[in-house]
Amino acid sequence: MQAPVHHIIGLTTIVRERVLPISGNVTARIQQKVTPNDVVAETKWAREHVLLDVARLLNISPNAAERLVKCQVNDELSANTEIAKGRGMFAKSIRVPRAGRVVAVGGGQVLMEVGETKIELRAGIPGSVIQILPNKGVVIQTAGGLVQGVWGNGRIDSGILANLADAPDAVLTPNRLDVSLRGSVILAGLVKDADTLDAAAELPARGLIIASIYPSLLTKAREMRYPILVTDGFGSLPMNSAAYKLLTTNAKREVTVNAEFYDRYTGARPEVIIPLPTSSEPPSPREVAEFAPGLQVRMRRPPSMGMVGSIVSVISGLTTLPSGLRAQSAEVKLENGETVIAPLVNLEVVG
Amino acid sequence: MPSSIITSNSLLAIDVGAANTRAVLFDVIEGEYRFIASGIAPSTAEAPFKDVSEGARNAVANLQKILGKTLLDSSRNIITPTQSNGSGVDALVITLSAGPTVKTVVVGLLKDVSLDSARRLTETSYTRIMDSMSLSDQRKPDQQIDSLMRVRPELVVIAGGTDGGASRSIQKLLEPIGLASFLMPEEKRPTVLFAGNEKMEEEVKTLVGSLSTSLHFSPNIRPSLETEDIDPAERELARMIINIRKRQIKGVDLLDLWSGGHMLPTAYSTGRMVRFLSKVYGSPKGILSVDMGASATVIAAAFRNKSTLKVLPQFSLGQNLVGLLNYTTLDNILQWSSLDISSGVLLDYLHQKSLYPATIAATQEDLAISQAIAREALYLAMQTARKDFPQNITNIKSNLTPLFEPILAGGGALSDASRPGQSLLLLLDGIQPVGITTIILDQNNLLPLLGVAASQNNILPVQVLESGAFLSVGTVVSPVVSARYGTSILKAKLSYENGAEANIDLKFGSIETLPLANGETGKLTIQVSRGVDVGFGTGRGGTITVSGGALGVVFDGRGRPLNLPTDPVRRRELIKKWNWTLGGG
Repeated sequence: MQAPVHHIIGLTTIVRERVLPISGNVTARIQQKVTPNDVVAETKWAREHVLLDVARLLNISPNAAERLVKCQVNDELSANTEIAKGRGMFAKSIRVPRAGRVVAVGGGQVLMEVGETKIELRAGIPGSVIQILPNKGVVIQTAGGLVQGVWGNGRIDSGILANLADAPDAVLTPNRLDVSLRGSVILAGLVKDADTLDAAAELPARGLIIASIYPSLLTKAREMRYPILVTDGFGSLPMNSAAYKLLTTNAKREVTVNAEFYDRYTGARPEVIIPLPTSSEPPSPREVAEFAPGLQVRMRRPPSMGMVGSIVSVISGLTTLPSGLRAQSAEVKLENGETVIAPLVNLEVVG
Repeated sequence: MPSSIITSNSLLAIDVGAANTRAVLFDVIEGEYRFIASGIAPSTAEAPFKDVSEGARNAVANLQKILGKTLLDSSRNIITPTQSNGSGVDALVITLSAGPTVKTVVVGLLKDVSLDSARRLTETSYTRIMDSMSLSDQRKPDQQIDSLMRVRPELVVIAGGTDGGASRSIQKLLEPIGLASFLMPEEKRPTVLFAGNEKMEEEVKTLVGSLSTSLHFSPNIRPSLETEDIDPAERELARMIINIRKRQIKGVDLLDLWSGGHMLPTAYSTGRMVRFLSKVYGSPKGILSVDMGASATVIAAAFRNKSTLKVLPQFSLGQNLVGLLNYTTLDNILQWSSLDISSGVLLDYLHQKSLYPATIAATQEDLAISQAIAREALYLAMQTARKDFPQNITNIKSNLTPLFEPILAGGGALSDASRPGQSLLLLLDGIQPVGITTIILDQNNLLPLLGVAASQNNILPVQVLESGAFLSVGTVVSPVVSARYGTSILKAKLSYENGAEANIDLKFGSIETLPLANGETGKLTIQVSRGVDVGFGTGRGGTITVSGGALGVVFDGRGRPLNLPTDPVRRRELIKKWNWTLGGG
């Protein structure tokens, strides 16, 4: 059976596509070296529209109104510009209420885009641009450590990794967040209160990597301006040993926290990237694996949820579980020495 | 691919679900169609595969192993028709429920008339209504355009206008849609279904025709104020959803090609099968199907000439699980649990399970939580669906579940129950059936596959249904009554075919069973106490022939609507007792 793979890798080649939500201009060049904050593409986006029904405002037919409209598509108009004027001695003047761009004219109506904002797409990770996606974005390649998470608050930033996780389940409290951590990416175990998230914002921190978070804090976490990445899940789960080891051994290095939303269809996942110097291109991470003895796996459901172990054997046929359900299963030796039987669908390969 | 499969023998049916893909083989044994075997594999719509055909091939490969028969060629394509060496199949049908919910905007003239019909039509498929527009919409056209630009719907469903009626109001509603579509990049423009005034076809083409990805027309779903006819539009919408999926998910186009362009959404196919059964068996009661899957809970009900199909992604047991809390509370879910579980543990569970929808309960505590969630989701789904059941259907009380015969149940949540008794108690709690009904478990999730096969071969579904491919749990007697716990509410005598008899004195608050094996029938004579109704009328008894099943005849004396004790300790004890009575452990 094919196994999902959760990447926690010390050194690998990382290739990421960065694209605009709508089409625009790509500003990066092929082979350009980029830092996470470099703008690689940009576009403009108008959130609001104004529809001026000249025919109705002048109380004339659409055909008659069409002849009175003075503006054209793509005209940039400032507020109060006259776009049509009725006939007669006391002709009514139709003016645009806000500055904007004309996007459609027809049938005696004028449609404008207003409140245009600029969207800048940042590289997000340090590396080289290896491909330009015309009008969309770029593909960036880098080498380094990679730790995927299970939840992110949609933000992205980089900074020096500061390790406050004395243990995989150490609870982060506001009193640990002193001014020396300003501009850092903070590594911690659990967050159990909103004050801690606020305290990190006040520093300000450049990121927060935690094992688990209380579901009641998710709304607050989404509001934070710095990236928050959860490695293991919800409640009081300790950080899995593979992620804990890799992150703590890379403390004081520059890391990028891309806490993007998990999208199971595109494959986008929150992740921590630890850029590392390499003399040659390390192997790319595998995307799929077959369950087999020796594979390192993580338990996705109880018992021993979150723990890492290795497959001793894949049991043939169906196994009856303590719940009474029957499923294809594997014998897994956990890192604490305990051996458990787990259904294959509850396992994911770590690597 | 053969163009017609009416004369075919073997038929391979594939259901591509959100979590799993199943491949099922039907073949002719001794002159009749039979369910032979099924192979299962994880679905591959999601990353890293992003290609549903991979999961379909894996499921067929697993089926091959079970059958010891070759179905795939060296390029992993299905071999059709059956070859002289016995490899391959004669025909192939496919259903699909995988994929994100389709973002939809519904448009209707009047809020309580055509807009309501458009909503009902939209809810027959895997959609999420993001916005609705009608004449009573207080927003200006430019605000409606802003909303459409934010939502970026993949589908717009428009209804309104009686046939030959006024068209100006519809034009007014279509303008913002046309303008918003114009502003979107061509590849992001929505697919549009117009199911309104049929005389407006040309005007609609002019207003939005060139601005949508594709524009479809169906017969008016509201030809007059009093009449609603959704069925023809439902069919059109089903194919539109497949076409949307083709753009969203790689491999759907290939599977549709394999099926000769007959691929259907799983839910639509289930609804079609339920309608078909209603016509074939002509039961005076309704026929009900519930399917609890990872992408949606689907309720399909047919009442002779009328039917209701509800696809409810908000009550799915997959990645949307946390969203269940928009409709209920943690305490409401926990009331169904047989174990003492804290609300914090449940909340963590809902979030964690949303991350990994395909995972299963390995421990007893996990199973208790998952079953409690499934009960609440099914209960909410039934309450939602019931609002749109046709009027004038047979029921004992209008606020209770109507009378159904039979009730068919399938989907992941029921497969997750390890014993039929567990599944039955989940169904009794969630559906709360009333009167006398047969409950059938679709353990292999065949119903939608029979539905899609029915369009090609109408003998196959009937023969497979009658072949025992479904598990009859038994006959359930659920009196409508409210009384004190322990009060005698019903006495029954079951006369077996061999002349033996068994009796029961049902007390309020209890569940009892009488054995009656699968395939056997018996005469059930019921006497009820004052105020009790099992479908013969209040206080009236009667005799009826009942069929057996895995649990025989089950008497649910807990009353309707079901009110669980408020004391949590007593409640959990009772749930354990009911489970134990039904052999659910």
